[in-house]
Amino acid sequence: MFNILFLFVIIPVLTLGALFLTRNIKQVRAVAATGASLLLIAALYLCYAFVTERAVEPDAAMLFVDKYMWFEPLNIHLAVGVDGISVLMILLSAIIVFTGTFASWTVQPLTKEYFLWFILLSTGVFGFFISIDLFTMFMFYEVALIPMYLLIGVWGSGNKNYAAMKLTLMLMGGSALLLIGILGIYYHAGETMNILEIVKNGVDPGWQNALFVLTFVGFGVLGAMFPFHTWSPDGHASAPTAVSMLHAGVLMKLGGYGCFRVAIYLMPQAANELGWIFMILTGVSVVYGAFAACVKTDLKYINAYSSVSHCGLVLFAILMLNQTAMSGAVLQMLSHGLMTALFFALIGMIYGRTHTRDVREMGGLMQIMPFLSVGYIIAGLASLGLPGLSGFVAEMTIFLGSFESSPVYNAVLGDGNLFRHAFAIVTTASIVITAVYILRVVGKLLFGPVQNEHHRQLDDAHWYERFSTITLMLAIAVIGCFPDLANGILRDSFGPIVEHIMAYAQ
Amino acid sequence: MDYSQFMIMHHELGLLVVFLLVFLFDTFFSKNLQSKLSVTACVLFGIYTLACFFLPLKSGEAFSGMYATSPIVMSIKNILNVGMFIVLLQSVKWNNSAAQIVRRGEFIELMLLTLFGMFLMVSARHFLVFIIGLETASLPLAALVAFDKKEYESHEAAVKYIFTAVFSSAIYMLGLSFVYAMSGSLYFGDIATRVVGAEGSFLLYVALAFVIAGIGFKISMVPFHLWTADVYQGAPTSVTSYLSVVSKGAGAFAALIILTQVFGSVYSQVWEWMLFILIVLTITVGNLFAIRQNNLKRFLAFSSISQAGYIMLGVVADASVGAAALSYYVLVYIFSNLAAFGVIQAVENATGKVEISDYNGLYKTNPKLSFTMMLAMFSLGGIPPFAGFFSKFFIFSAALEQGSVAMYVLVFIALLNTIVSLYYYLLVVKAMFITPNDNPIERIKSHWSERAGMVVCVAGIILVGLVSVIYTFLNHAADASQMF
Repeated sequence: MFNILFLFVIIPVLTLGALFLTRNIKQVRAVAATGASLLLIAALYLCYAFVTERAVEPDAAMLFVDKYMWFEPLNIHLAVGVDGISVLMILLSAIIVFTGTFASWTVQPLTKEYFLWFILLSTGVFGFFISIDLFTMFMFYEVALIPMYLLIGVWGSGNKNYAAMKLTLMLMGGSALLLIGILGIYYHAGETMNILEIVKNGVDPGWQNALFVLTFVGFGVLGAMFPFHTWSPDGHASAPTAVSMLHAGVLMKLGGYGCFRVAIYLMPQAANELGWIFMILTGVSVVYGAFAACVKTDLKYINAYSSVSHCGLVLFAILMLNQTAMSGAVLQMLSHGLMTALFFALIGMIYGRTHTRDVREMGGLMQIMPFLSVGYIIAGLASLGLPGLSGFVAEMTIFLGSFESSPVYNAVLGDGNLFRHAFAIVTTASIVITAVYILRVVGKLLFGPVQNEHHRQLDDAHWYERFSTITLMLAIAVIGCFPDLANGILRDSFGPIVEHIMAYAQ
Repeated sequence: MDYSQFMIMHHELGLLVVFLLVFLFDTFFSKNLQSKLSVTACVLFGIYTLACFFLPLKSGEAFSGMYATSPIVMSIKNILNVGMFIVLLQSVKWNNSAAQIVRRGEFIELMLLTLFGMFLMVSARHFLVFIIGLETASLPLAALVAFDKKEYESHEAAVKYIFTAVFSSAIYMLGLSFVYAMSGSLYFGDIATRVVGAEGSFLLYVALAFVIAGIGFKISMVPFHLWTADVYQGAPTSVTSYLSVVSKGAGAFAALIILTQVFGSVYSQVWEWMLFILIVLTITVGNLFAIRQNNLKRFLAFSSISQAGYIMLGVVADASVGAAALSYYVLVYIFSNLAAFGVIQAVENATGKVEISDYNGLYKTNPKLSFTMMLAMFSLGGIPPFAGFFSKFFIFSAALEQGSVAMYVLVFIALLNTIVSLYYYLLVVKAMFITPNDNPIERIKSHWSERAGMVVCVAGIILVGLVSVIYTFLNHAADASQMF
């Protein structure tokens, strides 16, 4: 039977092929929009199929598993499979690619090339999430990174050359650590790259610590973990709208997902021994990101630092190593992905009209472009965790999980609970800071006096802009109001994983 | 006498036939027909290359064990053939230019001769045959480097090349004489058994240092790389591309055979750390110098120095896996580097420009050339899904196979260097795609042969990685070879 997961690589590749043949901007848009819509439909269908299949097989670690031999000498397979976590990530990516396509409706010049790179990037993202073979996972990870260089370099704004190069080199630096980590895992877990088999074989305990650090830092760079986050503000600020959306919305999730799937899941013993070190770093990310966002005046920088803070929270929750916090982490990835995409889409639209992103030079936008302003408020409220929107569900679950008692880190720290609770309190406090920078911007930007009389002539959102923002807002509200939809997909995914990890926590 | 043993030399024999046909064509055909010489040579060589793919790979010896071949040796010869074919294809236009008209036959004949020498190098199992191969491969190249008779740089490059080639051969032979003093034989197999037990001897250290230095010159490892940049810059671009891929690939494979077969027994005690230091130096120095280059040919010269370091990772790896990974790396490197040189040549033939800054804004006027160049740079930098990513991954995994911590350190340093290299490869991409330029190079109508060469290279860059059969095949060939 045909495996539905391959659709997520085939559709983007076909879209790429079709884009090559297009002759004018209308065809380019039509092809890109069709490809993105197909992906979204496929993702929604996958959710449905997954839930159905899960009811039949509640115990399987992965569903839709399939593998084909690729490089026989190194035992590399094209192996695919998903659990609830990857399904949600695929859905998130599909939504953001879809909305990103409409957000970049008017990209000029070189529209065709822009979409080529954009779709190549999404190929990498989808390929990463469906892979359960470390090699293909790593390959798709890098496929997702390199288009960023050209997307920022050619279509970006501001200090784009510097930002593009910095971003590419830092992320490639992370992937260098990752590569050596993956090869280390391969040679110390029975010469296999398949995640399920590695879990079965177990990684040689003598090597786990080193490999854990390599892979966690490798993915942590992409997850914007302090002190490796510096690429993110510059990169986001210079990138064109849809690229910021995709990057903050999806690519940074690759980091969180990878930390979880590779570093922690494959090396549980090392996670129990060394996780607390990274918990300190991610705690710093959360608080530092929030404070940095408070003092920035460039809208994109504010959201980039807010992303650092929120993505720090994802890694932080994963390192709690319990089921509640981890499902909170996945919800947070989902919620942050949607919300930050909405933010960047709106900022791009505002910037496209006012030609400034400096908060000090704008004001009273509520009178001028009410639709965009309302969107901005919704994104802001989701970001600071208002009940009814996605942020609340995610953060609530994370903090609940953080206060759960468990023997994690006891072996190293003596009293792991005290340590985890102390950090949980610190990060919870960061929500207050989030409220400060969100409300400050909302007040100044949307409700203050109009700063520039020229802004009064500006128009509100066009149909394609409304379309993409409404989709995102709906998704945020749906998750906020019906978190069980997401939880239903996640339900049986964490049991075996957490059990596997806790076996080492004594 | 049993002549069947010659049949295992079908690569060499076929090459000689091609050489003779080209030579006869060049000597006896009319002036009119001679303008077709380059194309004829391409076709002949293409047929020969294709035919070699279909002949069975087997092991065997000839000349009482002085010459030996095995599946992996035949595979590397096939790979070198592919490189040679692309170089010939890309040189058709240049070779038909007015300045070349009186000596285009010599160009092709000398190229074929050097390839013959390289085949002897990788097949030699006796140092005399090896030296003959080495000299046959080196000396005609000096003439080729000086082929732009009216260019000052070409002469300077040739002089530099011949001096370093002769000097390195001399050092190499001095090393060999020490080896002979210790073992009393020049057969690889004899030496291998007789140097066992001499691990601590000073003579062996010196001999190995000299041998490695001699090979180091050939594949331009640091600190024996000083000739590379000047020669690459001065030589005609066809010769430069040949030097950078085929010559280097053959040298690296010969190094693999000599170091593993002759000195394999004293590997961990003696030459492992020598090569460790040399590889680190080669990759790092090559990279750091490449950053500062403006001339694209010099730029690729330094990039090829650092690539030599990566290739040598296959030598320190476990022999059989290392041989497969090394051959694969050479194959990928051939496609990537020749794609880059193909673009350089097309631009140089049309406009004479070779600076990176000349390429600013090239994408606007020549999207296809820019695209080819970009693929080449991505592949050289190891970006998936292009072939360079796979070859780097496999050579790293081969190096890590033995699992010593030193190897992890070495691979880690090499990986850090890939980031540096990515930086300068991206500088070229940036020049073509990002940097604005009001007067970019005008639209170039490239010659069909240049286009054909680039198409082959682009296809190689995209397919050699994704189609896993090739690497699997090389691995089986290496496993089936008795030499390791």
